[in-house]
Amino acid sequence: MKIDAACKYRSTHEYARKDGSEIVIGISDHAQQSLGDIVFVELLEVGKEVKQGDPIGVVESVKAASDLYAPMSGKIVAVNDALQGDPSLVNKDCYGSGWLARIAPSAPAEWDGLLDAAAYEKEAGKA
Amino acid sequence: MKSTALHDWHVARGAKMAAFAGYDMPISYPTGAVEEHLACRRSAGLFDIDHMGQFELSGPAADEYLSGLVSSAVLDMGGREARYALLLGDEGGVLDDLFVYRLPGRWWIVVNASNRESDLAWMRARAPSGARIEDRSDDTYMIAVQGPRALELLDRLSGGAASAVPRFSSCDLVIGGVPILFGRTGYTGEDGGELFFPAGSALAVWELLLAEGDRAGIETAPIGLAARDSLRFEAGMPLHGHELSPSINPIEAGFKWACDFSKDFVGKAALERIMAEGPARRLVCLEVSGGVPREGYEVLAASGEAATDPASRDALPSGPRVGRCVAGMYCPTVRKYATNAFVESVYSKTGTALGVAIRDKVRDATVVKRPLYVPAYRR
Repeated sequence: MKIDAACKYRSTHEYARKDGSEIVIGISDHAQQSLGDIVFVELLEVGKEVKQGDPIGVVESVKAASDLYAPMSGKIVAVNDALQGDPSLVNKDCYGSGWLARIAPSAPAEWDGLLDAAAYEKEAGKA
Repeated sequence: MKSTALHDWHVARGAKMAAFAGYDMPISYPTGAVEEHLACRRSAGLFDIDHMGQFELSGPAADEYLSGLVSSAVLDMGGREARYALLLGDEGGVLDDLFVYRLPGRWWIVVNASNRESDLAWMRARAPSGARIEDRSDDTYMIAVQGPRALELLDRLSGGAASAVPRFSSCDLVIGGVPILFGRTGYTGEDGGELFFPAGSALAVWELLLAEGDRAGIETAPIGLAARDSLRFEAGMPLHGHELSPSINPIEAGFKWACDFSKDFVGKAALERIMAEGPARRLVCLEVSGGVPREGYEVLAASGEAATDPASRDALPSGPRVGRCVAGMYCPTVRKYATNAFVESVYSKTGTALGVAIRDKVRDATVVKRPLYVPAYRR
């Protein structure tokens, strides 16, 4: 299980990473491994406002569809269009080219409440 | 829960395991189900399918009994022929789908794992005194070797015996000193075969196949049940409990070709009634865009946006429901999302535009010709 130390996490296995004033979100390596081959990704449209914990899309693996939840509140400013052509990027490089969306956070203080790498590792280890 | 003799091998290889038909079976290996699917299509795949059941039928009344029991013609089968057959109930529902191998002086019948007990009870209840049915599932191991290079691999270990067998036939061969009943049959749409042999030799045969693949430079990959499902789905083969079941008849499911109406068989009268009336629903394959269609999803008469009520995006789509998906997935070879669904017959024509409700939206779906991937034996 790879854990990107620059990211923070939610126990539902989404990560958030700061990039300037925006937040890049995706699913953790632990999550992509447990799901298996990702064959479809559906995300809310750019411009949508979401609250922390709101559903923002669905990741479909070979056998099941799993909901994605916003790790932080804000406006979706970009989604990773490359996933439409190649959803397996989430498996190959979940912290890099397999990112899901970018959010302009409306409540930046939520960052402090997310799990840091060590805490998430402990949490994911339980699953 | 039961497990196969290769269970520990699968676990040691990092396979994801899950219950299937009462067995703890490998679903996929660390390479992933999509890659396994593609490996089988390009080279050779090994399948541990020991959960499948095998019955042996013999005795002076066996031939006539079998002919009356299953829908397909069997009395015309040559000495070592193998044939797909349906086991029907009196009302024409499909109790199970079988593969029947004619062997010298006996019949070898392969049944689905989840129907093994009920098939046996059904068959025995109808067997005359001159027909003996034995359940050989426990002492028989079953491995499938499938793919364009499968026969090449098997030939190397059997002195060329595997490829000498015509398609849909069987022979006896020896691999690594193990006597094997080899059927040139399968469930992937690829060439290759299925191996039946004494259960104690499971690990030896499995490892010998992998080692020979390695030695000969023939990519040989273990394949889990997830890829087994996508391989059979693309090739248009049914999975009992989905495209076929006791509440589904072969006419609506498109299996009239597996029914020989020139003979008597259980369920024949019911099927003749169904044909006279015309089936109310039919099995179709739908190509879908914008999501993965799955079992249980509803099929709607209107396609796409037309059926999605823009005023309530979160509400379930409106529009007349005309069917339901029985299996659906991403198909790695043809790179499409597709589902098999039963729809009202009027909507079953190839090219018909329909919709599939995926979560809160109706996605465009089109009735397409089956199979999505033409099996090797039909090319």
